[in-house]
Amino acid sequence: MKEPLLNIKDLKVSFFNNSGEVKVIRGVSFDLQKGEVLGVVGESGSGKSVTSMSIIKLLKGTGQITNGEIIYKGEDIVKKSEKEMMKIRGNDIAMIFQDPMTSLNPVFTVGSQISDVIRRHQGLSKAKSREKAIEMLKMVGIPSPEERYSNYPHEFSGGMRQRAIIAMALSCEPDLLIADEPTTALDVTIQAQILQLLMELKEKIDTSIILITHDLGVVANTCSRVIVMYGGLIMEEGTVDDIFYNPMHPYTRGLLQSLPKKNTEERQRLIPIKGNPPDLAKIVSGCPFKERCPHAMDICNKEPEYYYDGENHRAMCWLLDNSIKKGDESNGK
Amino acid sequence: MVRMIVKRVVQAIPMLFAISIVSFLLIQLAPGDPVQAYITPEMGPAEIETIRENMGLNSPLHIQYIRWLKSTLQGDLGYSLVNHRPVGVQIAERLPATLGLMGASLITSMIIGIIIGLVSAANQNKAFDNIATFISYLGISIPSFWFAMMLVYVLSLKLKLLPSIGMRTIGVHTTWDLIKHGIMPTIVLSLQSIATIARYIRSSTISQLKEDYVVVEYASGASKREVLYKYVLKNAILPVITILGMSLPNLVSGAFITESIFGWPGMGQLGITSIFSYDYPLIMAITMFSSLILIIGNLLSDILYGIADPRIKELS
Repeated sequence: MKEPLLNIKDLKVSFFNNSGEVKVIRGVSFDLQKGEVLGVVGESGSGKSVTSMSIIKLLKGTGQITNGEIIYKGEDIVKKSEKEMMKIRGNDIAMIFQDPMTSLNPVFTVGSQISDVIRRHQGLSKAKSREKAIEMLKMVGIPSPEERYSNYPHEFSGGMRQRAIIAMALSCEPDLLIADEPTTALDVTIQAQILQLLMELKEKIDTSIILITHDLGVVANTCSRVIVMYGGLIMEEGTVDDIFYNPMHPYTRGLLQSLPKKNTEERQRLIPIKGNPPDLAKIVSGCPFKERCPHAMDICNKEPEYYYDGENHRAMCWLLDNSIKKGDESNGK
Repeated sequence: MVRMIVKRVVQAIPMLFAISIVSFLLIQLAPGDPVQAYITPEMGPAEIETIRENMGLNSPLHIQYIRWLKSTLQGDLGYSLVNHRPVGVQIAERLPATLGLMGASLITSMIIGIIIGLVSAANQNKAFDNIATFISYLGISIPSFWFAMMLVYVLSLKLKLLPSIGMRTIGVHTTWDLIKHGIMPTIVLSLQSIATIARYIRSSTISQLKEDYVVVEYASGASKREVLYKYVLKNAILPVITILGMSLPNLVSGAFITESIFGWPGMGQLGITSIFSYDYPLIMAITMFSSLILIIGNLLSDILYGIADPRIKELS
């Protein structure tokens, strides 16, 4: 197997408040191959955004990486200085955020915000970076980009703003693009357009994408591999087919059951996952999903390890343990 | 933009009328009248009455007001009841000194206030911020006359660095002399505005730093300095333009006190003297000029806001 573009090993991130340490990421490991689109799925507070912010070392407030390595192109990002990170951000690793309405600076023109990034990393002249920015605007499908260059964000629609943000993120041809819920704030028709655009551009400039979302539909359409996160841990990881057709973890199954289905004859009620996402400040030990899990057992108070089904499909659940599988069968039937 | 300006100018006309009526009435309400300055112990009631009649003070109030309005609209501001010099000339003599002092204070308070506010916000809850916050509250709370006395005591009396009174040393006509005289009045007049502007800039910068676009800029490799002084500053400064318009009344009324304390020969000092001597035409003229400065100042700050914020341009 070739060297992965990104390799995260046992990442732990904590935030510190008056009452102490809140462990938000509790040991996350995964890797990303060059050219791959990896989906990261989970509810709010599952740690998916914090994981992505750790990769560019932009944790808010008191957030700190307390353990682990983030190996990007063979070098550990955790050990890099702020100065080194500034050269990586926007140049090697770029990010797209959820809300296009607030992601652009309201008092600068859209074009100047893109050309600022280009100038910052590529040291081009004002005129050259302007040219490049217009080229980028054209590439993301904004009509009459020369005129649009000097528009302010409020003169753009939501979908166009997200296009401009994509142009900004891809302007330095990053090797890794982290898209944090890039379509959540857009309406459905625009969502599809933006996703399609992302996938096209991914091929064009040959970048890898980490796509963070809570929308399994988006994942099914775009990703090759999926990570399911919950309570700061990876619950399950596998290919799209593994996750959708052969889910191993009760949480993944719960997520799939709470999706509306299109092609069934019979009318089916959606089955929501009962309860709320956990308060991360309170998790002490064991499986984070145990409170909401229909199969919770005593042993779930102990953190399970990963069980593998094939080389790339793994899940963290005691139900997969051989001794419990046997016991379950004898109890249940 | 032009339509907005025209609209605002038209709106200002009834406002000036209202101000003139209210201040005219208020002056008359005050006990005493200008005749007192002319009374000597030998005068009898009949003589006093004649003087009053001659000054036109016996006509009904509305007649007096209309008389004032008529001549004012014709550009004649009347004559001082005390020294009988034309009011217009007296104001023209004093206006440059006041405008100069106000302008200097405005620029000083903008520059210092913005710098303090920005650095405070960037170092939120650290030593600099705490000290700046403490001094700001002090600046807002300290009465300006007391602060002025302290400055005079320390800088003029003890250290003998600066002159304590007037605008020029007699016989000296250098700019440096003018600046030296202006330093203390400017400091006193801008103290409150510095504090207010610093507070506003601090809080608007802190709220801007939480905006999504800041994360986006960091994520695209911008440095802390670039984010703060380029991207955030332009956003944070917007509310201050409004504050500027709002702090003008402070400057105008502050000028009355400051000018009196430092013997600064401006409109404020003239105003105080005219009030003490019931010099009705002069009081009215000064009130109207102060109001005009305020209205123009507010209009200017609105125009500035429109220029600075691209989102407003559309609306106007």
